[in-house]
Amino acid sequence: MTIETKTNGKPNVNRIGLTSQDYRGRETTLCQGCGHNSITSQIIAAAFELSLAPHQVIKMSGIGCSSKTPAYFMSRSHGFNTLHGRMPSVTTGAVLANRTLLAIGISGDGDTGSIGLGQFKHMIRRNVPVVYIVENNGVYGLTKGQFSATADVGQTLKYAGTNVLPPIDICIEALAAECGFVARSFAGDAKQVRELLKAAMSFHGTAVIDIISPCVTFNNHHDSTKSYDYGKAHEERLQDIQFIPRFEEVHVEYEEGGERYVQLHDGPLIKLRKLGRDYDPTNRWQAIELLERARQNHEFITGLLYINTGRQTLHEVMHLTDTPLAYLPEEQLRPSRERFAQAMREFL
Amino acid sequence: MIQMPVTETQPRPLDHPASEPIVNDFSIVAATVNGSGSQTANNVLMRAIFKMGVPVSGKNLFPSNIQGLPTWFTIRVSKDGYTARRETTEILIAFNQRTADEDLASLVPGGVCIHPNDLKFTNPRSDVHFYAIPVRDLVKQSGVDAKLRDYIANMVYVGALAELLGIDMNEIKAALERHFKGKPKPVSLNYGVIVAAAEWVRANLPKTDPFRVSPMDKTQGLILVDGNTAAAFGALMGGMTVCAWYPITPSTSLIDAMTELAPILRADPETNTTTYAIVQTEDEIAAAGIIVGAGWAGARAMTATSGPGLSLMNEFVSLAYFAEVPCVIWDVQRMGPSTGLPTRTSQGDVLSAYYMGHGDTHHVILFPGNMTECFEFGYLAFDLAERLQTPVLVLSDLDLGMNNWMSEPFSYPDRPLDRGKVLSADELEQFKDWGRYKDIDGDGIPYRTLPGNPNPRAAYLARGTGHNEFALYSERPEDWQKNLDRLTRKHHTARSIVPKPVVQEAEEATIGIIAYGSTDSAVREACDGLRAHGIMASYLRIRALPLESTLTDFLAKYERVYIVELNQDGQMAQLVQLHAPEAAARIRSVHICNGLPMSAQFVIESIVRAEHSVA
Repeated sequence: MTIETKTNGKPNVNRIGLTSQDYRGRETTLCQGCGHNSITSQIIAAAFELSLAPHQVIKMSGIGCSSKTPAYFMSRSHGFNTLHGRMPSVTTGAVLANRTLLAIGISGDGDTGSIGLGQFKHMIRRNVPVVYIVENNGVYGLTKGQFSATADVGQTLKYAGTNVLPPIDICIEALAAECGFVARSFAGDAKQVRELLKAAMSFHGTAVIDIISPCVTFNNHHDSTKSYDYGKAHEERLQDIQFIPRFEEVHVEYEEGGERYVQLHDGPLIKLRKLGRDYDPTNRWQAIELLERARQNHEFITGLLYINTGRQTLHEVMHLTDTPLAYLPEEQLRPSRERFAQAMREFL
Repeated sequence: MIQMPVTETQPRPLDHPASEPIVNDFSIVAATVNGSGSQTANNVLMRAIFKMGVPVSGKNLFPSNIQGLPTWFTIRVSKDGYTARRETTEILIAFNQRTADEDLASLVPGGVCIHPNDLKFTNPRSDVHFYAIPVRDLVKQSGVDAKLRDYIANMVYVGALAELLGIDMNEIKAALERHFKGKPKPVSLNYGVIVAAAEWVRANLPKTDPFRVSPMDKTQGLILVDGNTAAAFGALMGGMTVCAWYPITPSTSLIDAMTELAPILRADPETNTTTYAIVQTEDEIAAAGIIVGAGWAGARAMTATSGPGLSLMNEFVSLAYFAEVPCVIWDVQRMGPSTGLPTRTSQGDVLSAYYMGHGDTHHVILFPGNMTECFEFGYLAFDLAERLQTPVLVLSDLDLGMNNWMSEPFSYPDRPLDRGKVLSADELEQFKDWGRYKDIDGDGIPYRTLPGNPNPRAAYLARGTGHNEFALYSERPEDWQKNLDRLTRKHHTARSIVPKPVVQEAEEATIGIIAYGSTDSAVREACDGLRAHGIMASYLRIRALPLESTLTDFLAKYERVYIVELNQDGQMAQLVQLHAPEAAARIRSVHICNGLPMSAQFVIESIVRAEHSVA
């Protein structure tokens, strides 16, 4: 589905009058064919289709190949390329300072699964509103090919030899931390990535999308589960996913003909059409079981694994005022003389 | 009235009456067991004396322990208004059997020892006035619940001291009422024990010692407050909006005070919403990350920590320095290296804080030296951080932060908030060729925009990697060098806007003394004391880094300059020597690093010794 309208040869514009060009960034410096570049394209497409106001978006990242990508999309949005594994905390601070911002966080498997695992889990625990994308290729690219914590046990790499340790499953970690939106996708599945991104961008809380994103330089040989060949041959979609924005009038019938709708905060819908297996994405136990079995059986399952729209966000539990803290006027930042005197009296 | 004999096995009071009364000039040490509730008793005593118009200061020497280890609380009573730690103790409240012998040994000859009558001394001294009190019986007869007996036992020494020293019982009661926020039951329970103890002492123990408290008018209008509370209050007055923290002694009570004061000062009771977020994080790394993210997005963000936590924040401070993000870090210093002495004071983080980070980094550091400055630097730190777009570290310490000090009441800030060079969408229109890191004014400070700014040219990607004036990634040598040169220029700008040193010139001074932070009270007292040794000293108190010209001028005036500090390596002395190499040979470091607050006696002895060796 696209919101673009072609009129008299004018450029395609979205609801706020921007072209997809307005959502682009600088030229990528990643390797040609890198999965991350495909994800970048889908972020641009999703933001354009949702008519996101660029100045209301912040692009956050840690360190690594994945974390370079905020430079390659949405140049009209502020961004912060932070420290290795610490993007969750910086993002937490930024959205506390300004609750109206939509944070798009880009991380990698090293950034999230190793050095940043603690911050990742605590971000989810706090339910910080952020679209948290893990561009997962199982390997450290910038340091020339070491295994990451998501690499398969028994896998071999040219520099690193054989991996002897079991992988961390980022989606299982997210589920264990009670993340309200957990999805897995494949960089080679552009449509699914885009629809999941749009749903995540409309979600109220932390939304984690773990996207297998092949590293063409270090980890794309046919026997790697993080390769294009493997992904194309083995991807099993849980559902056919379609994001329906709020501004589209749709007639909703729940649970009919293998279709299921999930309503998000502020109105948009996620339409999930059943494919191979019966699956309830609101059942966290089932999601964990599915992933554990997939790990045992070497299955590559993608789709919306879990959704729970009921959790309060960090802003809500903190009772923050609606005005962004960063934009509060001095009258609200500095207590009045009366309040000061009242507090001072306590010390006398 | 409870009648009980003084036990025969115990040391007896000195039978010769003291010659001259000693009024309002002595120290009391209460030696108790940690977790026994003695803090209430100590604070009540201190406050009662304070409210009699007599200058006091309190120092809590406590262990890193929840319950069971020894703790000592010192109350200095000083008619001259001195508040530093003293090396000597005149009055001992020996309520801890485990340390009793050691505590007794530390008393001055002619001192006083008040103790429970069942406490044993291995070698009772003959030159000390002993007062043995039947604590157990007095508590039992108060009828208090058995569970509370250990807590209430401390009230016995309050009553005994009140009687022996002449502390106003009305002030004791007022202090109790304040402590228990007017709840009548605990007030009457505690006060009952205090009165019973006082009456028992009056009836049974003739006073043989010379120590007295007598009303004065030297504390009129003053408050008693600790530096952490003052800092939290100041930060809230300065518009703190995001505070992220991880528990660590001795900074935790700063956050406790913030949590207590924030709803009074900054909540909106009508909407039940707040204008601040206080977040306890998983570690100090996350705390630093949150304040860097919040500062970047336009909040006034701060954290409070101590040495080990500061170490964890290192990488983020380096990022914030280089990406030029305002944020404030209170380092309430404790004794390191490593876990060190977590409940003892130190000024050991000066060098590591100043140079925190990797590559060439140097930061703006503030050193509050009293309660007023803890309060004022609470908001000034935000003004400087936003003006300079850089982390500002405030180096307090355990002595300032956790002990109670007399202070003038705080004043409402006299200047509006300084939010620094932040461009709105409209203002950005005036800048044809704006670049995030462009030095338009020549002061090294660029203009920034905040996320949410709708001007299409407002956005930039902040980063810790090499960048040019337009915040674009760059590895070009000239871009890198230019950027570092500008950061150096910015540090020079900081030099001119940080708080200037406070200078106290003495007539005919032959030497200079330099100090900073919590040692101020000891150094001021030492300046007076040195006069008795014929040494006239001028005194300069550093209040901030980077160092500036007031200091250089001061150094030029004196043949010898002593730099007093609480660390092992004379860290500030090193910085001063680097700042003024021409004066380096005339600088002497006077340092001690034993976990205790600075005393005037140490400063005087060190300087007298050094001056004699010169003569």
